Amino acid sequence: MLEIKGLTARVEDKEILKGIDLVVPDGEVHAIMGPNGSGKSTLSYVLSGREGYEVTGGSATFDGIDLLSLPPEQRAAAGLFLAFQYPVELPGVNNANFLRTALNAVRRAHGEPELDAVKFLKMARAEIKRLSMADDMLKRNVNVGFSGGEKKRNEVLQMAILRPRLAILDETDSGLDIDALKIVADGVNALRAPNFSALVITHYQRLLDYIVPDRVHVLFNGRIIRSGGPELALALEATGYASVIAEAA
Amino acid sequence: MSTRTKPPAPLEAVAGAFLARYEARPEHDATRARAAALFRAGGLPSPREEPWHYTTLRPLADAVFDAPPADPAPLLALLPDIAAARLIFAHGRFRADLSVLPTGITVRTGAPAWGRLARPAIEKLVALNTMLAEDGAEIEVAEGVDAGTLILASLATGGAFHPRHAIRLGRGARLTLLEVNIGTGAYLNNPVFSVSVADDANLTHLRIQTEAPDAFHLSTLYAEVGAHGTYDSFLLSLGGRLARMEVHARLAGEKSAAHLNAAQLLGGSQHADFTTVVTHDAPSTTSRQTVKNVLTGRSRGVFQGKIEVSRGAQKTDGYQMNQALLLSGEAEIDSKPQLEIYADDVKCSHGATVGELDPDQLFYLRSRGVPEAEARSLLVRAFLDEALDPITHDAARETMEGMIATWWEQQTP
Repeated sequence: MLEIKGLTARVEDKEILKGIDLVVPDGEVHAIMGPNGSGKSTLSYVLSGREGYEVTGGSATFDGIDLLSLPPEQRAAAGLFLAFQYPVELPGVNNANFLRTALNAVRRAHGEPELDAVKFLKMARAEIKRLSMADDMLKRNVNVGFSGGEKKRNEVLQMAILRPRLAILDETDSGLDIDALKIVADGVNALRAPNFSALVITHYQRLLDYIVPDRVHVLFNGRIIRSGGPELALALEATGYASVIAEAA
Repeated sequence: MSTRTKPPAPLEAVAGAFLARYEARPEHDATRARAAALFRAGGLPSPREEPWHYTTLRPLADAVFDAPPADPAPLLALLPDIAAARLIFAHGRFRADLSVLPTGITVRTGAPAWGRLARPAIEKLVALNTMLAEDGAEIEVAEGVDAGTLILASLATGGAFHPRHAIRLGRGARLTLLEVNIGTGAYLNNPVFSVSVADDANLTHLRIQTEAPDAFHLSTLYAEVGAHGTYDSFLLSLGGRLARMEVHARLAGEKSAAHLNAAQLLGGSQHADFTTVVTHDAPSTTSRQTVKNVLTGRSRGVFQGKIEVSRGAQKTDGYQMNQALLLSGEAEIDSKPQLEIYADDVKCSHGATVGELDPDQLFYLRSRGVPEAEARSLLVRAFLDEALDPITHDAARETMEGMIATWWEQQTP
């Protein structure tokens, strides 16, 4: 279970998160919606431990573990996964090698034996097929020369292989056509289980047609100003953020 | 009153010691005598000369190479574990007892293989080599023969030595030459190579410079490539206190090619200099140079790359890229590209980048659970990929990958 209490954070001198309170119980998918600049990506980076984001107050725990005190790799080992809005290109790093290195690092952290290349490839190929990705995806350098859709699918592939317990999807829908969107959503839905939870950050309702959330939160100006069921996303789509913001003001 | 003479400058003293060694030789044949006259007049290269602007031999003045050479046989264990014939030189002398002679290749040893390309009148270290060379390998692959892989190794535990090698590939011949330089203690290895690649021939020259931390490695290589021939080289330079690897490659025949790729991996107070001059002397010739530097500590890397295109060398295609990863605030890279083009229909490009590890890439890897040290190692290896990837000899590439991994572990205690 993810528990965020009174979380405040700044980037350089600018306070971006101004007191976030949020609980995501195991097995649930929560959506965070909000206009540009409301702090959605900052929240995802603060939770995953990116440098340059300074936590000034509050807490964030996952199953009681204080996430904010851990380096990014230990947060990943604890079960956290961030699907990047802008996946990073790694020239000279082969995708299969990258995935296996990551998987084995997480397995090591759990005291599990590493997977050899043969077993790993068998597993990765099965996931690739499930995500309707091209076979050569494993041979190519990580995200180099990938289309926007391929990059996002590659994020979902990593998630499928690393099997996190808490996934944060940061605008994973941006830049996706409808077919790619369905594939990505199927990839996330396939992971849904009693011990898996997700925080789906999105600007649009569209993704939530395919990944139906248990709860929807509206983030504005660094605070959650409204929470509700899936119907809240539909209402936002119909009326825009302005009315919710006006109501909260 | 006694007249006080000015003491010689430090490098003059070093040059004087080399000359004394020459004078002590029992015989002075014409080749050596000419070189000695050149060396007496010119001395060692000084930083005042443009090609030596970034590399000073001054540390030679403080080095002592007089430890009696020890048994080099234990060093054999450090040779790459590759099944191939091997020519072993210890302290510059051929050691038949440690070597495995190749078949399909003519090898002559026991005297310097002068070759016909060296220019002792221009390169001062070549004058020094010519003056004091005792031995070397003359390696000849006959027309049309694919001679496989040959290891040429230099082992050392002390002393100063000046091996002189000549490699000749006949028309259509092929050879992979794996050159390995290893040792312990303080010594100076100053080899000169003369490499002739005839028409349609292909020499792959994989060079490993992992000399001892107190060693000096100063090598000069001349290559000449005939029509449709290729001189394909990769240098891994990670040893020595001071290393200067100088290559002069002349593309003499139409559609010939030279690849001078290199990776310099330096730490501590190491200094390594890779200096190349590629002369396009025939039409439709190609040169490729991808040089990568990974520098830690207070190390200093130098790459000087000159591309000369002669008047008649139309359709020349020259490419040069020098990239440096500076992993400490005190490391330094000096990069000097030079183009001299006298033909009007050519394509030549050069570029240089200097940077640190990319924080976004590091975070991406760490967010996937890869610990920071492993993520850094992966990114350093990725940085080198472009230079390592073209190596088609799998066993040699794996050997070098292993050396790079070991080097990296030593940098991050």
